[in-house]
Amino acid sequence: MLSRTAENLFWLSRYVERAENMARLLEMGYRMALMPAAGDGNRSEWRSVLSAAGCAEGFDSANTDTTELTQATVSDYLIFNRDNPSSIINCFEYARANARAMRTAITQEMWEALNGALMELRRTAMRNLAKTDLPGFIDWVKSQGALFRGATDSTILRNDGYDFIRLGTFLERADNTARLLDVKYYVLLPETSMVGDGVDNYQWTTVLRAASSMRAFHWVYRDDYSPWRIAHFLILNPFSPRSLAHCVENITSHLERLARQYGQRQAVHSLAVDTYAILTQGDMDEIFSHGLHEFLSDCLRRYQALSSAIAETYYFGGQ
Amino acid sequence: MFNEMKMNDQVREPYRALVDWMDATGPDVLAQKRLEAETLFRKIGITFAVYGEGGDPERLIPFDLIPRIFTAAEWRKLERGVKQRARALNTFLYDVYHNAEIIRAGIVPADLVYRNAAFEPAVIGIDPPRRVYSHIVGVDVVRVSPDEFYVLEDNCRTPSGVSYMLENREIMMRMFPELFSKLRIEPVDSYPDQLLKTLKSIAPRKCENDPNIVVLTPGAMNSAYYEHSFLADQMGVELVEGQDLFVSEGRVYMRTTRGPERVDVIYRRIDDDFIDPLCFRPDSVLGVPGLMNVYRSGGVAICSAPGAGVADDKAIYTYVPDMIRFYLGQEPILNNVPTWKCARQDDLKYVLEHLPELVVKEVHGSGGYGMLVGPASTKEECATYAERIKANPSDFIAQPTLSLSACPTFVESGIAPRHVDFRPFCLVGDDIRLTPGGLTRVALREGSLVVNSSQGGGVKDTWIMAE
Repeated sequence: MLSRTAENLFWLSRYVERAENMARLLEMGYRMALMPAAGDGNRSEWRSVLSAAGCAEGFDSANTDTTELTQATVSDYLIFNRDNPSSIINCFEYARANARAMRTAITQEMWEALNGALMELRRTAMRNLAKTDLPGFIDWVKSQGALFRGATDSTILRNDGYDFIRLGTFLERADNTARLLDVKYYVLLPETSMVGDGVDNYQWTTVLRAASSMRAFHWVYRDDYSPWRIAHFLILNPFSPRSLAHCVENITSHLERLARQYGQRQAVHSLAVDTYAILTQGDMDEIFSHGLHEFLSDCLRRYQALSSAIAETYYFGGQ
Repeated sequence: MFNEMKMNDQVREPYRALVDWMDATGPDVLAQKRLEAETLFRKIGITFAVYGEGGDPERLIPFDLIPRIFTAAEWRKLERGVKQRARALNTFLYDVYHNAEIIRAGIVPADLVYRNAAFEPAVIGIDPPRRVYSHIVGVDVVRVSPDEFYVLEDNCRTPSGVSYMLENREIMMRMFPELFSKLRIEPVDSYPDQLLKTLKSIAPRKCENDPNIVVLTPGAMNSAYYEHSFLADQMGVELVEGQDLFVSEGRVYMRTTRGPERVDVIYRRIDDDFIDPLCFRPDSVLGVPGLMNVYRSGGVAICSAPGAGVADDKAIYTYVPDMIRFYLGQEPILNNVPTWKCARQDDLKYVLEHLPELVVKEVHGSGGYGMLVGPASTKEECATYAERIKANPSDFIAQPTLSLSACPTFVESGIAPRHVDFRPFCLVGDDIRLTPGGLTRVALREGSLVVNSSQGGGVKDTWIMAE
């Protein structure tokens, strides 16, 4: 397929995934704001939402010092701000622009899912919904992501285009989960938990909630929350749909599919296999003892390297 | 004015079943269907942007639910006439880039061809595959009475609008399945297959295997981008931009995820001027440097062939009936609209004296821009236009204001007749193919004769009734 098309497909699915992740982070913030204030109150929760979204700096420069960190200001920035490249509306704008630039590579159903989402989002009614019923709005965004992935899953040819779409989805998701954990890693540190009453259950559960993994966690561990288990679930557990292990497993298998289709294995394939090995052979105790933050930073660097290697291997950017 | 649905208060035969159905359905349901249709169009993303107007780059062309209908007999005549024209125009193109017999015979003036901006010296003497230059000929036809059709103009370069023919039908079938199951309407959905067949049949000399075909678009910002992607999709071929293609060792390649892949036939939807910056406009970033060299040496086929535009020039138009007689030895089946060429002294005098009755067009214009519709213009507008004509008479032609036929159309006040024209799309390759259908454009403003979508025109589905 055309390199430009592959690149568009890759980014298209990254943007859809990013929009959905933004919605999940907002959901986390919203839930936290309903809880009794801990420490310096709810403000810190909206701050950590911005940090996890990678939007803290952007928010600060777009607002004055006196702007309060509230649901209204943060959600407006993360959903509708046109200057925020990761805002939900921009994610859908970019996704649709990518789709439009290669209409032939996606199916009618996929196009309708994207086009329909953006058309809705541009209406003022959606602005009102986000203001008056944030959970309702978040559900809507998640359903749009699900609609797109469902349309993709049930209609697109299982050729190389499909692999580039899935690579985009899982790279973005892995990146997001790692960032989310990195922002909250101090909550999960065993030392902190040993302090006992300093950290409440709900602090931990925010991490799970932001990854939409509350119920899944219970099914897998059938036990109370503990930082060790939560970190394990989101990093090493291959059954968790948003864990790093699951994401990288998928990245590896889609790269393998490409290698089979093109009859060519390249540096990017070994890079993926190495990244996957770290997760399959990883051990939570070891990760904690070497430092969770260091581990996650290394993961983020690796995802960046994978993304660049994919672009290079498949001639993205008209090389 | 000829109303295609009603004559002497009687519903004309091809429309009878439709009118009965509309009466039975009632205006409320129809109004509801109109809304549904608009939503569908937007959802699918069928849009058309208008150059230089700003605003929404993805504007919808208004779609009218009431179809325009031809009987099988009417279609037979149109079909023969359009195919005849497509054949003559292609023969003319081959001729003017080779021996120029028609000029030697004194039938078409040499100046009109060689000094024409669309005449392309770079392709003189080149033999395109099957000697075809214009593989898709859009012939604009108007009707003034039950038996009188006129050709308004020919489009030999890259006529657009065929996606509307296909999508309008798609929407109509979704809206009114019961009508399609009851009436025998010729299907149009074979067009993409026939286009693919046509493109395959013009593989270049150096192509040994099954030809690799692409559609070349200027990009997503182009007004007809939807159509480009639609056609590529329907044919199952790549939609490429200039940046995706490059020339190497006498062949054209596209950049793919597996590395370079050879391209044999390019259905280009960009103008001659832009296809090769080394040969034409050096500032063009839309095209492919070196493409023309490959074309010349038979390494790639280009549809439509560079230089095809000289046949659809409005000044050449007046000679098409002569071409048909000269090359085919036949009488034209479809007539031209009588045309005054302002380049001629006598004609110019007549045109200037009768401006308020005439339609005046720029010879090289298209899309309905820069034309004067005399009867709809003020004295001042006519006077201003007269000055333009006097400054450059050979740039203008004039035609009588035809009483275009009208077709009932949804308007604000209900259903009223509005003027229509018709563009069938004729394919020329190893064979001449014509899908039974075409694009009916409708002038939505009352009394207006300008049907161009860039000037507020709309579209209708066109039904050809089966025998």
